[in-house]
Amino acid sequence: MSTFWIVLGGAFTGAVGPGISVLYATYGELITERAGRINLGTEGCMLMGACFGFIATVETGSATLGVLAAMLAGSMLSLIFAYLVIFRDTNQLATGFALTMFGAGVTAWAGRDYVDSLIGGLNPISIPLLSQIPLVGKALFRQDILVYLAYALGPLLWFGLYYTKWGLSLRAVGESVTVAFAAGRNPALIQVAAIAFGGALSGLGGAQLSLAFTHTWSEGMTVGRGFIAVGLVIFGMWSPVRAMAGAFLFGGAIGLQLQLQSVGAPVSPFILDMFPYVITLAVLALWSGAASRAMPEGLRTVLRGGT
Amino acid sequence: MIHKLMRSKAEPGVVSESAHTVAGAESPATPAETSAPHKNGATAISTNGTQPSLSLRGICKSFPGVLANDNIDLDVFGGEVHAVLGENGAGKTTLMKILYGVYQPDSGVIAFKGRETRIQSPNAGRRLGIGMVFQNFSLIPALTVVENVALFLPSYGMFLSRRAIARQIQEVSDKYGLQIDPKARTGDLSLGERQKVELVKLILARAEVLIFDEPTSVLAPHEVDGLFRVFDELKRDGYAVLFITHKIQEVLQTADRITVLRHGKVVECTPGEGATADHLVAMMLGIGVPEVVRNTQMRQHSANGAAVEFRDVWTAEKNDPRGLHGVSFHVMPGEILGIAGISGNGQQQLGEVLLGLQRRRSGSVYLFGEDASGRSIASMLDAGVAYIPEDVLGMAMVPTMKVEENLVLGELQKYGNGGIWLDRKGMRRQVDSTLSRFPLKLAPLDTRVEHLSGGNIQRVVLARELAMSPKVLMAYYPTRGLDVLTAETTRGLLMECRDNGGAIVLVSEDLEELFALSDRLVVMYQGNIVGEFQPESASLHEIGLLMTGHHM
Repeated sequence: MSTFWIVLGGAFTGAVGPGISVLYATYGELITERAGRINLGTEGCMLMGACFGFIATVETGSATLGVLAAMLAGSMLSLIFAYLVIFRDTNQLATGFALTMFGAGVTAWAGRDYVDSLIGGLNPISIPLLSQIPLVGKALFRQDILVYLAYALGPLLWFGLYYTKWGLSLRAVGESVTVAFAAGRNPALIQVAAIAFGGALSGLGGAQLSLAFTHTWSEGMTVGRGFIAVGLVIFGMWSPVRAMAGAFLFGGAIGLQLQLQSVGAPVSPFILDMFPYVITLAVLALWSGAASRAMPEGLRTVLRGGT
Repeated sequence: MIHKLMRSKAEPGVVSESAHTVAGAESPATPAETSAPHKNGATAISTNGTQPSLSLRGICKSFPGVLANDNIDLDVFGGEVHAVLGENGAGKTTLMKILYGVYQPDSGVIAFKGRETRIQSPNAGRRLGIGMVFQNFSLIPALTVVENVALFLPSYGMFLSRRAIARQIQEVSDKYGLQIDPKARTGDLSLGERQKVELVKLILARAEVLIFDEPTSVLAPHEVDGLFRVFDELKRDGYAVLFITHKIQEVLQTADRITVLRHGKVVECTPGEGATADHLVAMMLGIGVPEVVRNTQMRQHSANGAAVEFRDVWTAEKNDPRGLHGVSFHVMPGEILGIAGISGNGQQQLGEVLLGLQRRRSGSVYLFGEDASGRSIASMLDAGVAYIPEDVLGMAMVPTMKVEENLVLGELQKYGNGGIWLDRKGMRRQVDSTLSRFPLKLAPLDTRVEHLSGGNIQRVVLARELAMSPKVLMAYYPTRGLDVLTAETTRGLLMECRDNGGAIVLVSEDLEELFALSDRLVVMYQGNIVGEFQPESASLHEIGLLMTGHHM
């Protein structure tokens, strides 16, 4: 019985750490998709952020500069995506996937000398009182600055989407390029901005992984989190607040798997490694009907294969 | 209002400024309030002395092979409803697109309130104060009414003040009796309601010239009267209403002045008072009035039973508004069954289920007394079922193929010469001999269908489906896009088909056509058949109410 509680408590504590990087990427992909584009290069953007954020931190000694470099790297890669799909009219899914491959290659090459480097990175900051709450206090409120920023970003993005002129323009473009254009907006510009912003957030997610969560860089360290983020956007039905729930669910699955491994559960660690992804897939499968109505019209042709 | 009117005269800039900003949340200034020279009320019509809101001189626009607008002059004044009347293809739509900045005229001058101007884009047109209610609206279904309106507001600062915009919508809505719920999701509204949203949007975006492109085509009869009352209100407030239509009755009912277009030219501009239907028809067509073919012969049902019968056919769950919800009906050989209803109430599903394009959830379909529920599309076609679909270009034609190829599309095997080559000569012979007996003239047989106009595409489909005298015909909007004479010929063809024993299901949005042709008439609403009538004993009003969901 006590093992059970230790495992569950551990899973909860573990939910926040690995969930945050995915959450950033989910926010980024969400903004991109709300503008009517789907960027499978998110994984590549996360790797770019993780790698170049780490390199910048090693070279300058400043984690702040590292974070900025990560956002820049992520948005650069996503701008290539924006150029290709918006101005060269390439296939979104193929382009995104190719850029993920490209990002993986670039970071493996650029980061090869930094694999053994050590950094201070970003360290936890305890929030007085809140971090004293039993069971959840430490998990939620003894974390690095990027975790707190991620908490705030969900409601902020929600407000931005629904209560600002920019948010309305963005959603209008995602629903109907024709109407948005008739309303005097510049759909291409709005999509480029959304994609670049999305790339920057994905890069930030990567930086959270390498600068705050592991404090190391290793090749391909995001192991598919960028793709999970694409799934979580659908899971969250394009709402930033619901996306937070999804990201923590995924993080919790990783935390649970780590706990099960550490208490020596009699299951192959490879099976346990699959666990978070299986949970995410299962939830997506159950969800997809409800998500269909919430889907921005502009994505329908891509996700549905045309109607 | 009076208070504001006076203030606007004293300091003209102030009111128009406050209409920009939501924070001010004043009711939107109407043209009568912002521009002093216009008179309110019925006298505003007088055309001498006042300056037109919009005036066109010598507008020409040609497309390859067509002179769509030929030297058009038009003046629209604040405080009048000005109807532009013309057949399909008379140049109305081209003219409107020029006004709205979608097309640029080849020559001619447009002046807005006396100042010569070029309307380079829809956005530029709207900034001037020209707003257009299109047939298919520029509204985003997934957004709420507030959001759709906000998208087109000239300026409302950084933040979206939902409450202030909702209040503005409410004010305009109350003023013109529109009954709009600002919080509703636009996609959940009926077409008539969306039209009202579109209108509110334009008013709040401070349009002064309101262009309505065939506004009544999406409305039921009693909604049409409501729209015309709104026209009167708009007129009283000094708006210029430009009303484009081909429906003479509506023009007579509502227009202060009427401009008739024919073949791209203005043939007449006349006051609405004193105009007669006969005269307008003659002007519009350039000939005497054609006799409307009437279906005088009521057929007795023959004893062999129904050609097509639907028994309790469902294609959707109860709570899903699209699809069929337990539809039962039958058509006898030698009968035309008219189906009235606003498009999107399950009419399309009828044909798709009959042909096997769409699966049923339950219920069965009988063809000449045999259960045909599970049969393949090919076997239905072989059994003599013909189909003129709603979406002709998407479902009945291959746009990149020639007219000739499209005509024989269903029976290409016949011309498979040895299984590999297509016997083009034989094909041409067959087509020629069929067409020689067919009264409609088609475009040259080697033209690709994608290059044809809507009316010409419709003729090709009609030729293919009617020439073989089908036993069962599902016809959707068969006369859509056709000129008046061709439409009459087509109606004659349908009746000929009926007289040869064909069973016809006729879906049309033109109630007059349905009344003229049908032996029996049913009304569809939300996937159900809600009423059955003999055309002689039914009234337009009654059917219009049923079409929009009112129970008797």
